[in-house]
Order: sequence, then structure tokens, then C-alpha cells
Amino acid sequence: MEFETVIGLEIHLELQTRSKLFCSCSTAFGREPNTSCCPVCLGLPGSLPVLNRKAVELAIIAALSLQSEIQKESRFDRKNYYYPDLPKAYQISQYDRPLALGGFIEMKNEGVKRKINLERIHIEEDPGKLMHSGESIFDSDYSLVDYNRAGIPLLEIVTKPDLRSGREARLFLEELRCILLYSGSSDCRMEQGSLRCDANISLRPAGSKTLGTRTEVKNMNSFRAVEMALDYEAGRQAAILSAGGSIIQQTCHWDEGDRKAIPLRGKEGSSDYRYFPEPDLLPLILKSDYIETLAASLPELPSQRRIRLMEEYGLDPADAAILTENRSLGDLFEVAAGEYKDYRNLARWVRGDLLYLLKGNDRNPSEVAPSLLIELLTMLDEGEINRPVAKDLLANIVKNGTNPRELVQQKGLGRIADREKLQPVVEKVLAENKDAVDSIKQGRKKAFAFLVGKVMAATAGRADPEKVQKLLRELIN
Amino acid sequence: MELYQKTAAELSRLLQDKEITAVEVFNSFTERIDEVDPHLKVFITCTLDSALETAAAVDRRRMENEELHPLAGVPVAIKDNFCTEGIKTTCASKMLESYIPPYDAAVVEKLKRIGMPILGKTNMDEFAMGSSTENSAFFVTRNPWDLERVPGGSSGGSAAAVAAGMVPLALGSDTGGSIRQPAALCGITGLRPTYGRVSRYGLIAFASSLDQIGPLALNALDCSLLLEVIAGYDQRDSTSLPHEVPQYSAAAGRELEGVRIGLIEENISANFDPEIKFAVLKMAALLEENGARITEVSLPHTDYGLSAYYLIAPSEAASNLGRYDGVRYGYSADGDNIISLFSRTRGQGFGAEVKRRIMIGTYSLSAGYYDAYYLQAMKVRTLIRRDYEKAFQNFDILVGATTPTPAFKLGEKADDPLKMYLSDVCNITDALAGVPSLSIPAGLHSSGLPMGMQLTAAPLNEGLLFQAAAVLEKCSDSPPQQRTALNLTGRGEL
Ligand SMILES: [Zn+2]
Repeated sequence: MEFETVIGLEIHLELQTRSKLFCSCSTAFGREPNTSCCPVCLGLPGSLPVLNRKAVELAIIAALSLQSEIQKESRFDRKNYYYPDLPKAYQISQYDRPLALGGFIEMKNEGVKRKINLERIHIEEDPGKLMHSGESIFDSDYSLVDYNRAGIPLLEIVTKPDLRSGREARLFLEELRCILLYSGSSDCRMEQGSLRCDANISLRPAGSKTLGTRTEVKNMNSFRAVEMALDYEAGRQAAILSAGGSIIQQTCHWDEGDRKAIPLRGKEGSSDYRYFPEPDLLPLILKSDYIETLAASLPELPSQRRIRLMEEYGLDPADAAILTENRSLGDLFEVAAGEYKDYRNLARWVRGDLLYLLKGNDRNPSEVAPSLLIELLTMLDEGEINRPVAKDLLANIVKNGTNPRELVQQKGLGRIADREKLQPVVEKVLAENKDAVDSIKQGRKKAFAFLVGKVMAATAGRADPEKVQKLLRELIN
Repeated sequence: MELYQKTAAELSRLLQDKEITAVEVFNSFTERIDEVDPHLKVFITCTLDSALETAAAVDRRRMENEELHPLAGVPVAIKDNFCTEGIKTTCASKMLESYIPPYDAAVVEKLKRIGMPILGKTNMDEFAMGSSTENSAFFVTRNPWDLERVPGGSSGGSAAAVAAGMVPLALGSDTGGSIRQPAALCGITGLRPTYGRVSRYGLIAFASSLDQIGPLALNALDCSLLLEVIAGYDQRDSTSLPHEVPQYSAAAGRELEGVRIGLIEENISANFDPEIKFAVLKMAALLEENGARITEVSLPHTDYGLSAYYLIAPSEAASNLGRYDGVRYGYSADGDNIISLFSRTRGQGFGAEVKRRIMIGTYSLSAGYYDAYYLQAMKVRTLIRRDYEKAFQNFDILVGATTPTPAFKLGEKADDPLKMYLSDVCNITDALAGVPSLSIPAGLHSSGLPMGMQLTAAPLNEGLLFQAAAVLEKCSDSPPQQRTALNLTGRGEL
């Protein structure tokens, strides 16, 4: 039987604020354990939460950039459960009145246009972080807890079950990250835990409209892991269903090392969180003009930029995609394009040699001065230097920020076009390669290119290739 | 007359006139504490050393003619559910028996800032759950009028302390009557301010949407003076109100001409003690003589108030008290694993009434019951709030009895929670509505015990309550001291 995979994601991402959601403790990553804490985020008796305005602002910006509808009135609720990483024994979250409803991301999967719908977006606080001496809290001699994370503002995004494969889930997450990076609401660093993803996955006979029994997959720590884990779980479910078995609703942990989704023991998922409205906070009421102001200040989103790069600069879709995906690379391109008008040439250099050099040298596009890039390309266009020299000069720009014109003058790297200078070199090459000259006379064109190469090598790539060809022809005949 | 028999306003005058020093005041009250606390058992923790330092500093500053707050040097006691930096804050629970907070509650900061010596932390029902102070994990506090009787609760320690002249002023917290009921049973004045009027930051939570901090004192003027100190917006409490703090103490002395007073039918109910009903009617008549207009009024949803309260408050409490799990602070039992650590800590650390309410609250919020209990109770709360809104369209002040009976005997209701809950029956609806409510002495019962009348106003109209209370005090033939236990003789050891 043919199955269709149905996947919905629950994504948690850290909002890029300087202080926590309900207190003024720092959110900086990598501090000594339990040094970024206060009575509020430790849940000490008598402490009260105060909502971080910036967190709300970033959450709204993120929701707007995902086309989600901001609710004029939303509410905070307590999600009650006992765990040592949860200082108050409840997490302040949003339950039945979330910040935003709906929304979508449009993307392409293997050339097919896909629209993935969102269910809801809400704000909540992160619990602390537990480290066990053993495998889990139950088979450890001791566990340590760090409350630096407790109270970090999170945005939870829940998709509708619109994704159809592990690969599609990965593409969705990549597009989501791109959008949120553009909006400036989160830095989306999965390895620092600022973007986390859980998935619900089920199978159904192709063409069916009803949903099958789902399992939940957790602990996927990279986009690649999401793809692998979901494909693994889809395969596991397909095998069971094909053999006439049925799926048990359960939660699995993705084991990166063994590449397996391992079912968790116990009846997780059946917990009753006893949600009720958080009495220590007022309802979150947002005025229309506040939302409109934020909407108006929304930076251009990746999908818009991609189209604009094609329309405004005449770039092809592949170039536009690369310059969009890497936001600061796109910014460098656009600043340079302000003065350098051969856009397609500029794009080729930026997304080709420059991007390669940046990656190789672990540099950021923002570290490259656009003026140096313009200078370089102008020198190339005007025949002052040759292409191989230009590549060396570009490497110098990336590594040392060297001005290409100065370097050319200093090291004498300019193009050699003078007949007086070239002729002796050409004559010498001809004298040393009599066989090739004979070949050419017999009509073998390859040999001609060989000779051009020899002359270029003899001038360290600086000779004007056209002049060299002209001279060669003259002297051979 | 001893200094400990004076009101806070009188002490304030004498201190400002340099007739007396803050250290003399301190000495008078601490001698009184030494004398009566062994019988009454009011204080869980005494902080006399730091209080003496504060008093001495106030005297020094006054000698240097520094401008001081009128209450500088006037001693105060606070209920043991206010966080005090470096000083044990127990909530009268084994769970927090040795807990020392790293910060001061907002109100404690304010008392310290103006130089009020804090004499100690007073006994209470565990986590403020109770109406007799018998639910303290440590000891019971006795009523200064009759040592065999309860002082009321949960702020029973604070009320008894003021009534017995151990402090002129005290702070309590009122979730469903916990200031007004003990004030009535101890024959003093106690105010539950408008919800949000006083910052709850640093008040250990019982039921967040109901908890409110207020003053207990010998009379309305003293209450108003202390309210002026503690009221005001605090950005650390999102539910605190931004409204400016008026000069409440100026309200005493204003006329009552034209003030519309509603006599709440439900709060002079037929099954109340007839003497209390009579006392309330007599005081209503006094208000009328002074120019007020009195009409009966009904708050039709009052009957459902108690049930709604005993769902909402325990629900919030169950959540608020979840943090006492033995992991970070407070009592921690030995456990073989995390589950047994949690359950043993909570099983051993909490008393019976607290556990009862945690169970009620947990049940009421559980999936499948939420709609029938918590949600239904919230709907009733809305109806009750509307009752008040409607009443305040026609009335400025609503009056009734504070309690159905005078102070009951120790142990009398301890085994019957429902009977105990009923002693707060008059105090609950205004807590649910978030309106300010003041209990004032209404004379003595034939048993010799004090009775209380409760006055309620629209949100932020505390001034009006003080105004009416002051008029009634003026009509009374005895000074406030005589209406307290201060001069009583031949009654128990006092
Ligand atoms: Zn903090």
C-alpha cells in the first residue's frame, strides 16, 4: 500500500532579548551556572513576574513576518507540573488565547510550490536546564540544575499537519529560520538551543483525508536530524502498517548516534497541566496602531527580497536565492550595486569567488568593504588587470582588507599591453616551442592556445590576452 | 497612661514635638511584649535589635532636625508572610520554618525607608489559610479579650498584637477576610484596601487574584496613616494600580451630609448573632443622625460567594504552593528519587488545611472538572462584581456585620472546616469584587467580647470609609483605648 506521511511541527525559538521574559536577568549564553538568576526567575516566595515589553515586540514582529494574525487581546496562563527544572512548578505560557493565530510559509520543494499553514504562535518562558549523572533523572546518583535558562523568552510556533516528508520539514525549518533571521526576532541557533523542534508524525493511505495515529518525535538537534528522524519514523510506521499492525501513540526520542527514534517509557502526553489564567499578569491588550507601527517597520522578508533582486537587478533565480539566503551577503551585493552597474557580473563574483573565500577564511560578508569590491571589478572591466590577478586581489581584500589598486601599484600587477614589453616574451616562447609552431602551421588550433598559455605564464598572468594572440599570429605568419 | 496605650497618631505627634523619643516608645512596647506575649503568643520572630537600631537612628536624625516622616519611630509588626531580607519568613509553616528571604517585600521596604521600627513577625494560619490562627504550624495565638478564644485569622497575630498594645500598628494580608475578621474579633480597626492599591511584591502568595495587604490599628485615623505609607504603584507588581495615593488621613473629620449608605441585607442575616445585628443597626442609625441616608440593599449573588471563593482561592493556592518541592529552599525530606522527594517534602511540610486546599484546587483545575468548578466559580465572581457595581450606582458605602458571631473558643471549629469557612461569610464577596472594605469596632457583646461592623466602598474610595469610621468614633463615648483589651483587668492573665 502507498502511504502519505503527515507531519506537524512544534518549534520553540528563543526571542533575541537582552533580559528574561519576566525579570531583568541577562539572557547571555554560556555564563557560569546559576549566575543569571534573581528571586523572580528562581520562583522565590513572594516574587512576581513583569512582562518584558521587548519580548512582546519581537514576538509580534516574528508573527507578522509569518503572516500570522496578531490577537488584540491575548492572555498568559499557568501550565502546572512538577519538575526540578521548573522553579515555580508552573510555566507561564499562553493556552487558549495565544498571541497570534494562523499564518503560513510559502516555499518550494523540488520545484513544486508549497504553502505550509501555521496553527498558532505564542509566548512562553523556558524552564531551567538539568544535567544528570546518569541517563535520566530516575537512574542518576545526582542531577544538577542550572536556572540561567529559566525565564528565557520563547516563541512557540505550531504548524498545521501540512508537511509531507522529512525533507519537507527540513526545508520548512530552513525557510522559517531565514525569515526569522531577517525579522531580527531570533538568532535561531539550534546548537545553542535557541531553536528547538518537536514533531508529530502519522501515516495514512495515499488519498485518504483522515489522520492516522501519530507519534511524537523529540530531541532532534539539527535540521539534518529532523529530516533523518522523520524519515526514519515514517519508515518504521510504514513497515508496521504494511504488515497489518497498528501504531501506538507514543513519544520517541531521536538518538543521533544510533540514528533511531527510541520510544519513551511511561505515559507521557497524558499529563494534565491544569492550565488556568495567570493571575499575576494582566491580559495582553495590543492597540491597533502599535501593531501597525511594528508592521510598518517590518524589514523586507526573504520572499520579497528574492523577487526584488530578480526584478530590480535582473538576476537569475539561483543567484537571487543565494543572495537572499545569506542576508549579509545580499546586503553587500546591494550596497556595491549602488555604484557598480553590471549587476549580473557583480552577483556572479559575490555568490561565487567571494562567498567561497569568505567561507574558507571564516569571514562575514559584513567585514568586506563594498568600495574595495567595486574598485576591483572596475579595474578588471577596464582592462587594468587580468582575471587571475583579480582573484588574488579578492583574496587579499577578504583576508586583509587590502586596497586592490594600491596592491597592484605596489607589486606591479597591472596588465601588460605594450607591444615593446610583450614582443620579447612572445619571441622567446616561439623560439622555445618550435614543435608547437609547426603544429599550428599544419592547422592544429590547440597548439595556439598552448602558446598563449606559455606567454601568460611567463608574465605571471599579467599579459593582455588579446594583444598576446595578435602578436603570436603576426610573428608565426 | 503608658506610651503603649497610645494611638499611632498620638505617638507621632509626641515624637514630632520631641516630647518623647523613639527609643522610649520602643521600650514601652517591648516591655508590654515581654509582659503579655507569653500569654498571647503573637510573635513567631522578634526583631528587637534591628528595631532598636531604627528607633535610635530616628532619634539621632530628629536631634539633627532632619525632616522625618510623621510615622518615623512609630513601631509596627508585620505578618510572617511578608518577605524580610535576612530575617526568617515562615508563613507559619514547617515548609518555611527556617527560610530566610534574600529580599524585602515592597511594603517592608517602605516601612524601613521612613524609619518605622519593625518589632517582629506575627503568627498566622499556615500560608494564610484559616480564620482562627489555629492552623499555624508552631503555636496558637490567643485573643487578648479572652485567652480561651481565638483572635480570628489568618492575620490573628497582627490583630492580637494591636489589641493588646504590643504595637500601635500592624500589617496583615486579606485574601477572604484575613484582616477584617480578626480585627473584628479583637475589637480593632482593619482595612482591606482596593485590590492593586498596595503592591503584593514580596507577599508570599496564597491566592494571587485575591491577596491584598492592609493595615490593622486602634482606629481609622491610624489605619489611614499606615495606608498612606504602603499604598501606591509598584512596577514589580503588574496588578498594582497606577492611581495617585490621596492623603487618606485628611478624610477623618469630614461631614457625612448626603452620603448614601446601603445596609446589606445579606450581611445582617437572620442566622447571625442578634446582638451583632443590633449593634450594626445602631451604628447605622448613628450614621443617619450625622447626615447620611440609609437604605437597605441586596447583593443577590452573595449566597454563592463562599462556594466560588473556596474554588478560586484553592485553585490559585494549589498552583502558588507547587514551588515548595524541597529542591531549592525550605523543608526538604529524604527521598529515594525525585517523585518521593516531592511527595514526602510536601506530605510532611504542609499542614492539614493547606493540603486540603491544595487538593480542592488541584481537583477544581483538572481536565474534565475545570468547566464545572473553576470556570463556573469565575462566572459567579463576575456576577458578584456586577452586584457591587450596581449597588455603587446608588450608594457610596455599604455596611453590615464583619462576622456572624464574636470570637469563638479555641478548638471549637478546628475540626469542622465548613463551619470555620462560614466565619468569613461577610468578608468574601468584597474580596472577590476587589473593593475596599474596613472593619471597625461596633461595641461589646453581652459576653464581653468585641463585635465588628464592616464598611465597603467602590474601588479606590478608601477615604470615604475612613471618613465614616471617624464620624462613628467621635460619636462613641469612649476613646479607642477603652474599646480595646489594653485596660482590661481580671480577664485571664491580662
Ligand atoms: Zn531573574
